[in-house]
This record gives sequence, structure tokens and C-alpha cells, in this order.
Amino acid sequence: MKGRHLLSIKDLSKEDIIHILDTAEGFRDVLKRDIKKVPTLRGKTVVNLFFEPSTRTRTSFELAAKRLSTDVINFSVPTSSVVKGESLIDTAKTIQALGADFVVVRHASSGVPHLLSEQMDASIVNAGDGINEHPTQALLDAFTIREKKGGFQGLRVAIVGDILHSRVAKSNIPCLRKLGAEVRLIGPPTLVPEGFAGEGIHLFYSMEEGLRDVDVVMMLRIQLERQDRGFFPTVDEYFRLWGLTEERMSLARPDAIVMHPGPMNRGVEIDSAVADSERAVILDQVTNGIAVRMAVLYLLGGVKS
Amino acid sequence: MEKELLDKRDIDRALSRMAHEIAERNRSLEDICLIGIQRGGVHLARRLARKIKDYEGAEVPCGSLDISLYRDDINLRKEQPVVRKTEIDFDINNKTVVLVDDVLFTGRSIRAAMDALMDMGRPAKIQLAILIDRGHRELPIRADYVGKNIPTSLSEKIEVQLSEEGHPDRVVLLKEGK
Repeated sequence: MKGRHLLSIKDLSKEDIIHILDTAEGFRDVLKRDIKKVPTLRGKTVVNLFFEPSTRTRTSFELAAKRLSTDVINFSVPTSSVVKGESLIDTAKTIQALGADFVVVRHASSGVPHLLSEQMDASIVNAGDGINEHPTQALLDAFTIREKKGGFQGLRVAIVGDILHSRVAKSNIPCLRKLGAEVRLIGPPTLVPEGFAGEGIHLFYSMEEGLRDVDVVMMLRIQLERQDRGFFPTVDEYFRLWGLTEERMSLARPDAIVMHPGPMNRGVEIDSAVADSERAVILDQVTNGIAVRMAVLYLLGGVKS
Repeated sequence: MEKELLDKRDIDRALSRMAHEIAERNRSLEDICLIGIQRGGVHLARRLARKIKDYEGAEVPCGSLDISLYRDDINLRKEQPVVRKTEIDFDINNKTVVLVDDVLFTGRSIRAAMDALMDMGRPAKIQLAILIDRGHRELPIRADYVGKNIPTSLSEKIEVQLSEEGHPDRVVLLKEGK
């Protein structure tokens, strides 16, 4: 893997992505053992710098880092001096002075990981920046798809929901395209702007049309806090038009899988019956997330500037 | 410059002898298992297991071990080593594990392999089988079964080429320079 940081899927080649997925296979094996820990990054320090609340991603990174034998420090907004008015750069310098080797950063503003990568010696891993990207989510989704489907060539993947504001979608679209899958974006026109269309990327404003014959249905979380901004009328109507129900799932390929990055809003974007069905691989995504994040830390760990 | 040290027959003969020695040293073959270090060692371990079966009629479990996560030079390398499969689908507790590798050099790989094994269980014994011992140990490690001792200089390289990787079987010595 080239580079010291993981900021964006766009920085990775197809070969880089496949190398990360292959490496993650090895870590999946480690996670199945009795002793789920390897000494690989002993003596290194990982700082989880989360300016936005997150339980899943932070926990996943924390576990990944601990299973590589690093020391992990969690910096989260309510407990840090950021609330005391410290600037972003000062926070970065403080963490630098603490001797961090890796900084896993999440921030509500797009571009913060890039900014930090210019200010710090540590390897920066983007854990979600604003509406820009969430690269490790796309990598763990790709890992899960490859595990279930065997590959990407000729695969049709539907991404459903608020594409406009979704960093998960923004990382998944280039990742899936690089790997050779066809991408369909489905949602209300207010949340699926035309600018997203491109080679191998098709837009649909109807679930009934978009889900036909897809191999993978990737649901996005509807951010209820945006609900009052007029992107869609009501939560009930959203579910009626864009919610994933068993009936709609029957339009997809018989062996199609359902994914969701979590946390799910049952009855908003996804029906409970689908979320709990055999086709849902949502919990596999969680498990695979640890292996993929271990692979990312491991591959960034050896590169010196 | 490249010099052939062992050909197909030499390798086969050495492995046959090692298989006999393993059987001789470990009276009850039920308690032993072979674990090859990725990659070359894995093929050699399978070949040894086949030979032990031919000579002794005993089915010896055979696994593969990747040591990249246990290496001591992670911080010194520019590119991280590729993590390959570890497949040990049997219990190593209280077993005699025969570790198999193609070349024994500094001994650091063997140290890493032993640490990896210890994380997977508590073998009764660990023995070491090596096709080529080229010297230059940096750790107090020695092999129990050796195919061939080949003293080398530090500037030389030993390459074990095996048919499983798509080459004809042979061991070559590569010298620096033209």
C-alpha cells in the first residue's frame, strides 16, 4: 500500500484494495483463535480522536488496535479540551507530543483527516469526515461482499437512501467501481442528485425498478436529524416509498444479500423482517470490520516517511 | 551468478531420510504433527507427511503457519510482508510439533514461528526440520533434522524452488554481483 495514511478510497488503486482485503483474510483467522491477539504492533500507540459520537466505529478500531498489541487512547469530544475551545491544530499537536503512531480520526467536517495528515507525523486513518468519506467502512463492505459473493465482476450493488449526505456511499461508490461492480443508487431525487451518475453508476428513483436483479442491497441510515429539512416529507412516507421490505427484496436476485453499516432505524429505512432475515449480513459486517481495520493498521505500520 | 546445489533427486533423497529420522525419533507417530512455515515450508511439510505415510503407514496431521505477524523486523521494513493463511485444523496441545522450513538462516523466523505456536496452544515438544541449513545464526536455535548443511557467505542467497510453486525442484545459490 502506498502512502502513510488512509484518507480516501480515491487514493487507493484496485491492487491496493485487493491487497488490504487479502491481508484482512489473515486477520479473520486470528480472530477465530482462542488467543485473538498478535504481537505485531507492540509498543505502538493508537489515538482514537473522535469529534463526533460513535460507538461502533470507535469500538471496532479500538479492538483492532488492541488485537495488534498497541496501546489505545480514546479522545472523545465531551471529555477532551476541545470543548474548552482548543483549536483543531492544537489538539493535533498535543496528540503528536503524546507520541501517537496512529491517529484514527472522525470529524463532522469534511477534510479534517487531510488537514491533520499535513500537521502530524503519525499515520492518519479517516474514520469518517463529514459528508466526505468513510474508507474503512467501504473496505469492510467490500470484504463482506467478496466473502459472500466470491468476487465483484458482473456484480450489481444497489446503495439505497441518503446518498447525498452519506460518507459511507461516497467511499463505497469508488471502491465498488474500482473492483469492477456495477453500482445503482436508489432514493428520492432530493437525496440522489444527478451528478452522481457516471460510468457503471446508475440512478433510480424507484425501489421497484432499482432493486430488480441486484446481487447486493446496501442500505444507508436515514439521519433522522435531517428529517425537518425537506428532503422527504415524513418518516412514514419515506418508509412507504424507500423502505426495504420483504416484498421489495423479492425483486432482487434470489441469493441477494442485505447490508447496513448500522445503526439501523427499523421501520424507517429497513423493515425488521428483512433486517433479521437470513439474507442480512449486517453482523458479519461488524465482525469483518475488526479484521479489515487490523489489516489497515498493519499495512500502514511499516511504512516510514 | 547462480549455482545449482541440489537437484530434484537430491531433494527427494534428503526428504526421505528426514522422514525416516522423524519416525525414528518419535516412536509413537500418533502424537506428532507437521507444521510448515509459509511458504516453502508448507510444501515440504506435506511431502514429509506423504513419505511418513508411505514408510510407516501413519497419517500425520499437517498444517501451515504464517509468521508475518510475529516478525521482529516490522518496524524496519518499508513494505509489510504479505499475511498468508495459517491453517492448523488440529489440536497442538501436548503434541510433538515438527516445524518445517526450507532454509535455516538467522533463526529469527523460527523464533517467530515458536511464538505463534505458543499462542495457539501448548505443544509437548517442538522439533525443527530444515531442508537447507546455511549457517549465520543470530539466535540460539538449531535444527533437529537437516536435509543438507551448506555453509554460505552473507552476501549469498539460497533459493529453494519447488514444483508446487511452478518450478522444477532444485536448490540454487545466488551470488551478489554479475
